[in-house]
Amino acid sequence: MGHFSLRRLFRSLLIPVLAVLTALVVGAVIMWLAGDNPIAAYKGLFQGAFGSARGWATTIRKWSPLLLTGLSVAVAFQAGLFNIGASGQFMMGTIFSVWVGINFADMPAIIHVPLAISAGILGGLLWGAIPGILKVTTGAHEVITTIMLNYIAALFAGWTVYAGGSQGQKPGPLWDPAAKAISQTPPVVESARIPFIFGPPYRVHWGIVLAIITIFVMAWLIYKTTIGFELRTVGQNFKASKYAGIRVGWTIILAMMLAGALAGMAGAIETLGVNFKFAPEFGGSVGFDGITVALLGQTNPFGVGLAAFFLASLAAGGAKMQFDSGVSSDIIQVINALLLAFVAAPAIIRYLYRIRKSPEEKETTPKISWGG
Amino acid sequence: MSENRIPALEVKHITKRFPGVVANDDVNLTLCKGEILALLGENGAGKSTLMNIIYGLYKPTEGEIYVNGKKAEMRNPKDAIALGIGMVHQHFQLVPVMTVAENIMLGAESVKKNGLLDIKKVAREITELSHRYHLDVDPYATVEDLPVGVQQRVEIIKALYREAEILILDEPTAVLTPQEIEGLFEIMKRLQAQGKSIIFISHKLKEVLYISDRIVVLRDGKVVGETTPAEATQEKLAAMMVGREVILTVDKKPARPGDVVLEVKNLRAKSDLGDEALRGVSFQVREGEILGVAGVQGNGQTELVEVITSLKKAEGGQVIINGEDMTNASPRAITQKGQSSHVPEDRHAYGMVSTYSVADNLVLNTYNLPPFAKGITVNRPAIIEHAEKLIQEFDVRTPSPHTMAGSLSGGNQQKMVVAREFSRPIKLLIAAQPTRGIDVGSIEFIHNQIVAKRDEGVAVLLVSSELDEIMSLSDRIAVMYKGEIIDIVPREEATRENIGLLMAGVKRGEKVSVAG
Repeated sequence: MGHFSLRRLFRSLLIPVLAVLTALVVGAVIMWLAGDNPIAAYKGLFQGAFGSARGWATTIRKWSPLLLTGLSVAVAFQAGLFNIGASGQFMMGTIFSVWVGINFADMPAIIHVPLAISAGILGGLLWGAIPGILKVTTGAHEVITTIMLNYIAALFAGWTVYAGGSQGQKPGPLWDPAAKAISQTPPVVESARIPFIFGPPYRVHWGIVLAIITIFVMAWLIYKTTIGFELRTVGQNFKASKYAGIRVGWTIILAMMLAGALAGMAGAIETLGVNFKFAPEFGGSVGFDGITVALLGQTNPFGVGLAAFFLASLAAGGAKMQFDSGVSSDIIQVINALLLAFVAAPAIIRYLYRIRKSPEEKETTPKISWGG
Repeated sequence: MSENRIPALEVKHITKRFPGVVANDDVNLTLCKGEILALLGENGAGKSTLMNIIYGLYKPTEGEIYVNGKKAEMRNPKDAIALGIGMVHQHFQLVPVMTVAENIMLGAESVKKNGLLDIKKVAREITELSHRYHLDVDPYATVEDLPVGVQQRVEIIKALYREAEILILDEPTAVLTPQEIEGLFEIMKRLQAQGKSIIFISHKLKEVLYISDRIVVLRDGKVVGETTPAEATQEKLAAMMVGREVILTVDKKPARPGDVVLEVKNLRAKSDLGDEALRGVSFQVREGEILGVAGVQGNGQTELVEVITSLKKAEGGQVIINGEDMTNASPRAITQKGQSSHVPEDRHAYGMVSTYSVADNLVLNTYNLPPFAKGITVNRPAIIEHAEKLIQEFDVRTPSPHTMAGSLSGGNQQKMVVAREFSRPIKLLIAAQPTRGIDVGSIEFIHNQIVAKRDEGVAVLLVSSELDEIMSLSDRIAVMYKGEIIDIVPREEATRENIGLLMAGVKRGEKVSVAG
């Protein structure tokens, strides 16, 4: 890094761009085999995402959480760690921020909003620290522990808003009694809501600006600081980082905390800028889509930004696609899955397009081993 | 032998291009029946590429290969094996937990009518082969229990079992004791007597002169010369390899040892596998002297260096640097507070990050210090400037400081590591296998640098399995055997023979009979 060349830029874009094209083509074939019209579908998809101001607004709204969970997975990848736990960290970020958001009603917004976002960041950070600490102290592989922690986070979040049962089971501490039998929190108070840049019906909030700033902060951290040097060295060569005098254990924990913080921030922004409350069905696949985003973005923060924008546009255009062409918006999930396969196994793309691997090329897909 | 000159293998106009590199450039080579042909060349000269082409691992860009006068199409190693070509790789391709017989039949399994493996038949055939070529080996022994020299024999038998007529031995002596090397040479002579043809790849000039019938020298992918041991000398061969005159002997003044810099007391440690690797090692290294640690690989030298540099935990004993107890201190404390440098044995694992630029590698363990770091930010201009200076000073051949370190040749990677470690103000230098797998030109350079450090008053601990290196650089020689220092011999009293015996675990004064 630090040394820029057009050739290198071209090479690093080649695989992701071809992966996207291939996923779209294979997606089209699948639609065609199912008797649908892929051209109409893609036209609808494009129009849904970019054909109107509302479309753009939806794309941008969906961009920030994907961007942040993508950065979360990417920063862990930089340190050689596979963070499958963005989903759980997102959830903890949500819970922490919603707690601050539904309390402190008389706080001024200028304090309340940052406080609630910080709480979300803290929630994710703590949740991310756990697999890091477990890896360093016991050797437990982060893939296993983060998956487990995802379940724990989802169940914990569900419990906090549990509406109670008819046999006298106690409701959760964050449950909104006004919602009666529905398990959800009370609405986030006005002072904790992230202000809109464009109000209804667009509902584009300032969270996206925060997310974009985060791209630059992460790029700076990863490539321009000694902390980033340590992260990357641990990720590239564990033994050499020990030799270099880097505190490897601490670096691993730090990377996981950063990853958690970013995913937690995504949860906070979604809660305080879009949903204004929490219910167990929120969150969806955004944590897991972070993996696709990180790989498609080649774990580079700017690449992650672009990749997240692409996935956000797919998500935003899905509804209009279904409406216009009759193709189920589930096909978006299929395309996402294909995309993940192609970016996770770049050998497929290299083989399909007969791309030789240059000796200079760094393997961006991390070497994921089970050895710990 | 080569009088008949019936070609067994002919390589004609082989060119192999990789993106941006011509690894082999119009190479012509003939191996005659019953001949030992030495292929000599620096790292990156194209020896391995050429052998990989002959063995079917690479496809040549241009050119043809003839086996026994017939044009051969080698698509994969299977084709090569079918044509009677066998290869013994530098890194053995054996499964440690399997027996000799299982390893040998791997990929060429004998199967009984009922579909089960016929291990007995294989064992019988192995015994037969080992009698014919005097390659003693027990077919039922587990490979990991065997000494390295015997493992190598297993590799040779594996090739013979597949009816190889042409054997390619890739740096076969790198892992052996002097006595084992003699054993290997006897085996090679016997194979030759039985009509086998051998390509012997080496960078050790003495060995090449001793064993081969003909010597072909590669440089920059081209054949630059062909000679015979009768016509050649070490100096001539080295000059052919490097393309300029090379001084093979290290010129050094007598040592002037000063205060003790490194003291190791009764050091104990376990290997990665949990065995006792160091069983109470004690020694001192003083300012201005080079203590050479000789020994066959795997006798605790690796662990010794790792424990001193804190890459591995000491289980007992003490490491004292500059009078301060640094046992199990952090690696950073050892380098920065202990003012020490470490050229690690395995440069790919420890010494460098191959996906990093040369510039970043040159600050691998000083990145956190000014001027390379300003607070927590990296000072890129300072790093580049530092790199440019060291690249020039240490003659690291790299297109630019931004070039990825992994794309440099082995010799230049090592020069990069040496540049980093030698350019700091230090009191202690720990150099482990500092010239392993690198070319003669770089070896000369690194040796001179080590001696220069000694003359500046640095205490040098040199660990090497190359006896020549130990002999030419050390002021005192410690020999390790099974986790202990079996003896420390002043350079004046050391000979290849007495050090060789110590390496085999025979103490001075003990009587032994050495075969051969």
